[in-house]
Formats: sequence, C-alpha cells, structure tokens
Amino acid sequence: MVQAITQVTGSAVPLLLDDIDTDRIIPARFLRCVTFDGLGEHAFEDDRIQDPAHPFNQAQFQGGKILVAGRNFGCGSSREHAPQALMRWGIQAIIAESYAEIFFGNCVSLGIPCVRASRANLEALTKLISADPRTSVAIDLLAQTLTAQSESGQQVKATVEIPPGAKQSLTTGGWDFLGQLLDGEPKVRAQVARIPYLQKFAV
Amino acid sequence: MTDSRNLFNKVWDLHACQTLPSGQDQLFIGLHLIHEVTSPQAFAILRERNLKVAYPERTVATVDHIVPTQSTARPFVDLLAEEMMSAIEKNCRDFGIRLFDLVDNRQGVVHIVGPEQGLTLPGMTIACGDSHTSTHGAFGSIAFGIGTSQVADVLATQTLALARPKVRKVEVTGQLKPGVYAKDVILHIIRKLGVQGGVGYAYEYAGDVFDRMSMEERMTVCNMSIEGGARCGYINPDQTTVDYIKGRPFAPQGEEFERAAKWWLSLASGQEAQFDDVVVFKAEEIEPTVTWGITPAQSVGVKETLPTIASFPADDQKVISEAFQYMDLKEGQPIQGLKINVAFIGSCTNGRISDLREAARIVKGRHVAAGVKALVVPGSQLVRKQAMEEGLDKIFEEAGFEWRGAGCSMCLAMNPDKLQGNEVCASSSNRNFKGRQGSPTGRTLLMSPAMVAAAAVTGAVTDVRELE
Repeated sequence: MVQAITQVTGSAVPLLLDDIDTDRIIPARFLRCVTFDGLGEHAFEDDRIQDPAHPFNQAQFQGGKILVAGRNFGCGSSREHAPQALMRWGIQAIIAESYAEIFFGNCVSLGIPCVRASRANLEALTKLISADPRTSVAIDLLAQTLTAQSESGQQVKATVEIPPGAKQSLTTGGWDFLGQLLDGEPKVRAQVARIPYLQKFAV
Repeated sequence: MTDSRNLFNKVWDLHACQTLPSGQDQLFIGLHLIHEVTSPQAFAILRERNLKVAYPERTVATVDHIVPTQSTARPFVDLLAEEMMSAIEKNCRDFGIRLFDLVDNRQGVVHIVGPEQGLTLPGMTIACGDSHTSTHGAFGSIAFGIGTSQVADVLATQTLALARPKVRKVEVTGQLKPGVYAKDVILHIIRKLGVQGGVGYAYEYAGDVFDRMSMEERMTVCNMSIEGGARCGYINPDQTTVDYIKGRPFAPQGEEFERAAKWWLSLASGQEAQFDDVVVFKAEEIEPTVTWGITPAQSVGVKETLPTIASFPADDQKVISEAFQYMDLKEGQPIQGLKINVAFIGSCTNGRISDLREAARIVKGRHVAAGVKALVVPGSQLVRKQAMEEGLDKIFEEAGFEWRGAGCSMCLAMNPDKLQGNEVCASSSNRNFKGRQGSPTGRTLLMSPAMVAAAAVTGAVTDVRELE
C-alpha cells in the first residue's frame, strides 16, 4: 500500500497552453536512458531554450508544486518519462482543462493527481499566480475543490473534477496497482480458461 | 440470439477478470509487445520487488526506436543507445522473453513486426509501452499504448487496471477519389474531430471505405487513432483479415486456424450493435491532406490555402497562432508549392511494403529535387527484403533517395536520423509536434507516402495527382 493522497498544497506554475505534447515535456533525446534519474532538469528543455520567459525558467516559479495547464495536456507519446520529468522537477499535482488519456493514467500510477477545472477558473488562477507567484494553491481531492490565496488576500475558489476511479485510487492509497493485480491471480487464471485463443480456439 | 454489443465490448468482457476497488476492471492482456525505450525501468521494478514475468510466452520484444538505420555494428557509436540495447538483451535473457534482435531478420518497428509475424490476432487485448499500439486494432483487437509502470504491471501479472472507455463509430462511406490514401482518411478524421475529440473513446472505423481497404491500409488508419485522442481504434475482422493472417509464422495453423477464423468473424459488431456515439463522413470530401501546424489536426487539403486565425473559435486561437509562428507560415497562403528540405518515407504509420510500392511508383523515372535530402526507411527487415526482391531499392536509389535499414528513424529522432535547424520535412510519419523530428526548431508536414514522394521529386508540396 502506498500513501493516500487527499490534498496537495503549494505554490503553482502557470502554463496555460493547449495541446502540450509529451515530446515537449521531455524531448526524445532524453529518453536514451535505462532509469528515470536526472530527467527533472530536462523538463520542457527545448521550450525553455526557445522562450526565456517560459515559467520553468523563471526564478519566482522554482519550487512550484502545482502545474496549471490548458486543454489536452500530455498528448502524444506514451512515455512515462514525461510525468517522471515533471515529478522530478518538483510537480506534485496538475490542474488543467483536460488531459490526454495515457498521460493521465501514467500520472495516477505515480501518485500525481490530475484534476480538471473550467477555462474561466484556470484563467483566474493563472492571473492570480502570475501577479503573485507566492500564491498558495490547495487542491482537496475529497471535496473536489481548489483554493488559491495570494499574499495580498485575493482568492480564487473553484470546483475541480477527477474521474471516480482515479479519485478512489489516490485518496485510499490504492494507486500502486501492481499489488492489487497480483492479488487477483486466481481470478486471472479462471479467466484464462475462457479465452479462446489461449485454449487453441477450442472453448 | 443477437448480441447488441459492439466488438470492443465483446472483447473487453471476455478479458475482464474482476472489478477492482477503484471500479476499474482487471483486464487480461493477450499480447504484450515491448521495445528498448519504455521497458528497462519496468524490469527494474520487477527486480526491486523480486517478481517474475507471469506469462513470458505472451510478451515479445524487438528493438526499433534507437536503432541506427545506416550501420547496426555493435557497439553503437551512441553509447547511451548501446546501454539500452544491452539492457533489453539482458532483460529478455534473464526473464525468458523472446527477442527479435538486430541479427534476427524478424526485427523491425514493433507495430509492423506484430502483424507481420501473425502475433497480432483478432479478439486479443494488446498492450505496448508505445502510443501507436492502436495500429493492431486493424485486426479487430483492443490495442492501446501504456506507460512504463503499466508495462511492469503486465510483465508481473499479464493484466492491467483500466476503466472501460466509450465507443464511437466513425463511419466513412462512398468512393475515395484517386490519389486519396488511408493516411488522408485518418488525417481528415482527426482534422474534423480534433486532437482530443477521441479522449475517453475507442474508435470503431466502419463503412465501405474501410471494408475495401487492405490490412496495411487499415493499420495506417488505426495507427493514428491516438493522434485524435482515442487510445484505441479498431476495424471489425472480415475475410480480408482472415486471409492476411493465414500462414503467418505465429498464427494458428490447420484445423485450429479454421476454428480461429470462425471465432474471429463472430466478434464483428453486428447490425444491432450499440454505440455511445456515431459520426459519418463522406469519402468524396476527402482530399490529399497535408498538415501545416504543430498538431496532427492542423491540416488542409493540398489545394486549400491555410486558414485564418480568426476562423477558429476564440479558445483555439492561441494554439493556432503558436503554430503559425513556429512553422513560419502565413494565414491564407497556399500549402501547395511550400518548399521542403527533407523527405522521409517510413514509420509505423507508413513503413509497410504497400507504402513503399506506392512511393516507388511516383518516384520511378524521376529524380529527387536539388537540395532535398530524401530517405526511405522500411518498417522491418522483412519489408526491406521484400522491397529489394521487387527492385524498389533500385528505383529509390536511382532517383537519389537513401535506402536505409529498418527502424523508427526520423519519426522521432532517438537515433542518428534527425532534422537540422529549421528544416521542413515532408514526412509519412504520424506527429508534427514541435521538435519531434530531432531538431528543436525542425518543421514537419505530415502526408501520405505518395505525397512525400511527390514532394521529394519536385522539392515542394505537390498534389500527387498532377504527377500521375
């Protein structure tokens, strides 16, 4: 059993762009490795080189725990190197308008909650954290809320969405699925007996 | 009794072992394919937890992403690539997994090898640590990409924890116009439904256009399902499917094959099958299609001009502007005539023998335009061998193309094949993301292999129909 994750609180990094693919999160040349060690420093490397104003380049967003992104975040390649790079950079949760499916599943397997918020709320949140990078953002997975409070006292409060399976897995500490799958072995064996191509097409 | 389930739900139900506390199903995986990039950390998890591979005969490995296409002499010049190659060799040896390595002529791009060897069969669940696993859906299987933690799950248990997606029927009916290929059909679908239109869905491709397609064309379509957001796309098995599989090395043989074929055909979605959504396209509306932007949905017909930013909904305009800026293109400019620097024919999308034949047909008797670097990378060693037996290599080489060894090559540039600077590449691959082809400022135009051939010999985006 891994740790239950019910809330994530910290400063946030605004990256409200759409269709950010996993090649951009971690360019393919950094996948030439046999461990995930050291990927954090290469997160968004090419975007950062081309855009000095990229939030991952800016001193005030270093140490950010929560990434704020747009629509279809993490599309493209299935590389788990992408969430691994974000996690090793320091990201512990993501708030976005929507996610690509494989990326979302990879994040759950790593214990990184990915919640959805409306465009309007993401824009309000981005405005707040851009104006005051020390804004504290709290995601409550059980209540499905986010609360952001700047040092000057300005607030953004919003509801967030998360699919029930991911919510259950994260908040009960069941997001490391391997143990559960191993426990299901007798049921797997029973199912194998019913699958035609595993039985010479004779069932 | 009629079964109102579509193929997807029939196959899913057959593989669901139990419902987990999260509400997800524990799904048995009939075929697990692995390659050198997304597997080493998964084997590390097994070693850490002292686990074995549960069904070693149901995992097959090959090497493709990092393989150099000019010299495969060991050790590789790239020592990081060499380390990955050694890792998969050791992992397969230690855990008893079949590996098609570089000295085995069955090696190639994993999604080309599975079908070629008869490993990919209808009615299976197929997973691989690679998003283009959707390719195998062409056989009427449920096939999808997974991350490395899930690769470990499959190795250790042959199962995955997954939520059942919805199923959308994507129908294309009518007659495709001359010069319009399977690649154009899927680019058109993605353009219309968007890059996230398929999130939460499996796509069933149906209609007479797909019925008439060869298996290789069907694989091209299913391959790019993920570019439309659908993790999985499939086509119902029919006689074309059965004929393709017959006699392949790992396919059932003799009486077992007859029993298998009967079962495969019974899985197809019937007239009564229910879907969560249905969309219909007319084949006649599909043109040879070329992407101009940084997502596979940003495309136009070859005779069209690029859209204006204002023609998109307000929420989309930021990413459209970003695409114009990165590609250094202007609103309203024609796509035809756009100069290219590189032409790439290959990849799991379009690296099969029929793709090479079509490209060679266009290239024959012509020459690669001055200043254009053009390469052909067969999807597998067996595709390469077949092409050479047909003399296609000579046609390409006489025209000034480089004829390479099998691998992923310039589709993703984890190997020596890369764009330089802001080169423009006419590519038969699947992704036009920023930096995808190995240069952080490189620019990719996705199109069919025939259109890449046309661009290679003219030096610019060209309507292939004008070269016929």
